Amino acid sequence: MSSRPEKNPLPTGRAIIEMDGIRKVYDTGKVKVEALKGVDLRIEKGEFVAIVGPSGSGKSTLMNLLGCLDTPSGGDYFIGGEKVAGLTRDALAEVRNRRVGFVFQAFNLLPQISAFENVEMPLVFGGVPPKVRRAKAAELLGKVGLGDRMDHKPTELSGGQMQRVAIARALAMDPDIVLADEPTGNLDTTSGTDIMGVFLDLWKQGSTLVVITHDMVLARRASRIVEIRDGRIVSDRAAEQAA
Amino acid sequence: MKVIFHLFLQSATLGRKRAFLTIAAIAWGTVAILLLLAFGEGLKRQLGSNARAMGENIGVMWMSETTKAWKGMNPGRPIRVRIDDLPVLKSRLPELEDLIGEAIFWRTNLTSGRKTVAGRVKGVSVAYGEARKQYPVEGGRFLSPLDEAERRRVIFLGNELAEDLFGKEDPVGKTMLVAGAPFTVVGVMQKKTQMGAYAGMDKDHSIIPISTWKALFGRPTVNNLVLRVSDPAKMKDAIARTREVIAAKYGFDPADERALPTWDTVESQKTTRNMTVGIQIFLGIIGALTLLIGGVGVANIMYAVVKERTREIGVKMALGAKAGWITGPFVLEGLSYTLVGGAAGMLIATLMILGMSFIPTEGNQVMEFLGTPKLSPAIGAATASILGVIGLLAGYFPARRAAAIDPASTLRYE
Ligand SMILES: Nc1ncnc2c1ncn2[C@@H]1O[C@H](COP(=O)(O)OP(=O)(O)O)[C@@H](O)[C@H]1O
Ligand SMILES: [Mg+2]
Repeated sequence: MSSRPEKNPLPTGRAIIEMDGIRKVYDTGKVKVEALKGVDLRIEKGEFVAIVGPSGSGKSTLMNLLGCLDTPSGGDYFIGGEKVAGLTRDALAEVRNRRVGFVFQAFNLLPQISAFENVEMPLVFGGVPPKVRRAKAAELLGKVGLGDRMDHKPTELSGGQMQRVAIARALAMDPDIVLADEPTGNLDTTSGTDIMGVFLDLWKQGSTLVVITHDMVLARRASRIVEIRDGRIVSDRAAEQAA
Repeated sequence: MKVIFHLFLQSATLGRKRAFLTIAAIAWGTVAILLLLAFGEGLKRQLGSNARAMGENIGVMWMSETTKAWKGMNPGRPIRVRIDDLPVLKSRLPELEDLIGEAIFWRTNLTSGRKTVAGRVKGVSVAYGEARKQYPVEGGRFLSPLDEAERRRVIFLGNELAEDLFGKEDPVGKTMLVAGAPFTVVGVMQKKTQMGAYAGMDKDHSIIPISTWKALFGRPTVNNLVLRVSDPAKMKDAIARTREVIAAKYGFDPADERALPTWDTVESQKTTRNMTVGIQIFLGIIGALTLLIGGVGVANIMYAVVKERTREIGVKMALGAKAGWITGPFVLEGLSYTLVGGAAGMLIATLMILGMSFIPTEGNQVMEFLGTPKLSPAIGAATASILGVIGLLAGYFPARRAAAIDPASTLRYE
């Protein structure tokens, strides 16, 4: 993967993720919830960031904003040097497709189609020709150790295997950054550790990763730990490298 | 487009039962609209041909009394066109294709062998045959110019009168008595379903040359005139011109319409046509509503599908699907159920209508009046376009709902 040409060249001096004073207010009719109260965050290419914090502190909200799934209520956000504010829905979809790979706690694989077709999906949206797309999907499934399970439907796979498919899918478009929201939250300890190992391998191969987790043991294996509490970043430090 | 199709093939897996119900609802709606329109078309054609059975582009002008004073003469004077004046009148009316005098003796004894019936005897000229559609059954003929010139005692019979007199026998060539005088039957009228008449139904009348009629019954005047034009648009003017010419000859006010009351069949056929078109539109609307209900069914099921797949849609959006790639497959799905159902319905309806066309109209009074349902290209096109629109709408509204899904909130892990 290190040999692949830079798809989205980053302007010099810019980080992949640049957030300045990001706020997010959920307006649910009667009550307004301020989920993020001014977040500044810079993530450089090749970093492995763990985001930790108690439940309800705004981690998922932050990840949705990072992944352009949602738009901030205030502040500036640049991904890969590109300003996100003011983009149309379709333009945001394109940014997600090109720059972001998502891994969810609930896997969120499409249930009716095979593992192979799930991995193919972002490539379909990216307009990649069928031949290239099939080769890529097969390569990625092989890489996450599911070369022999390509035609299985998600329901025929274990939790750990489903999450591997999801990771392969997140990598399909060679994104600038992979975002994972509690990827081990639905897994037992063994497969959790196992999945974390997959992330570590990816990082070592040069991917930029942001992983949200409750588990400090897992978090300590990242290069950097960002702690969020009540919508604010309360600590941001390099993790002591154990692995 | 390719992407949409790819996605459509992957996702179009409605439950088999639901897909079947949806398609059946559309098929049913299509059958309903096609049958209704086809019945309307059949009715239109039948009423049209029934109305035309009396004759096309003709007007009927009766003899009556003046209602206006004219050059010192009081109103209430009867106007009776004389049989002998007909050639002169015709020569002054080049706008008329035919001007035919019709002299009627309402009840006279008609005898064949031992059988006598009281029947109607009309004296007319040869042109009456074409103008009033007195088509002879094979083996016979209508009156000829020689019959008229030589005042021959020949008679042409309406089909039911012929049956009353001769039963199952072929009357052509046989001799019968008209008011005691022997006549030879030269032809029998082909059966026709006649709608509209002014002097009884043609099936019951008998026709002899007007020259013979005048000699036999000793009356020199006609009961009415039959006017025929080549261009229906000129009927109105032709009627007015005829009244003028007759008024000039018989001395009355040409503006006195009631002296010669006239039935313009072109006008009344137009009314019939408008009425049947109206009926067709009405039937079409009923059919379209039935189909619309089917379409609402499709849309409803699609809404349910959108709701069920909310999370999947959110996932696809997260992976970078643009709005069109979310909506496209739904529109395609709604459209394809509608079109499959529509095609099935068209097939069923066509078979039903074909089946009905084998039911003979002959001797069936209702069918003689209503006609058999008929499909036409226009009906097919109308149904297809209604189906298309309903299909698009049935897919479009659910698809719009799908595109409005907010990926961030659907993907929230609860
Ligand atoms: N779609 C939403 N509508 C309203 N409130 C929301 C929504 N999403 C998150 N919140 C609120 O924002 C806060 C942060 O939530 P979240 O980002 O999911 O936290 P975490 O992922 O750290 O548990 C919580 O109070 C939550 O209830
Ligand atoms: Mg969360």
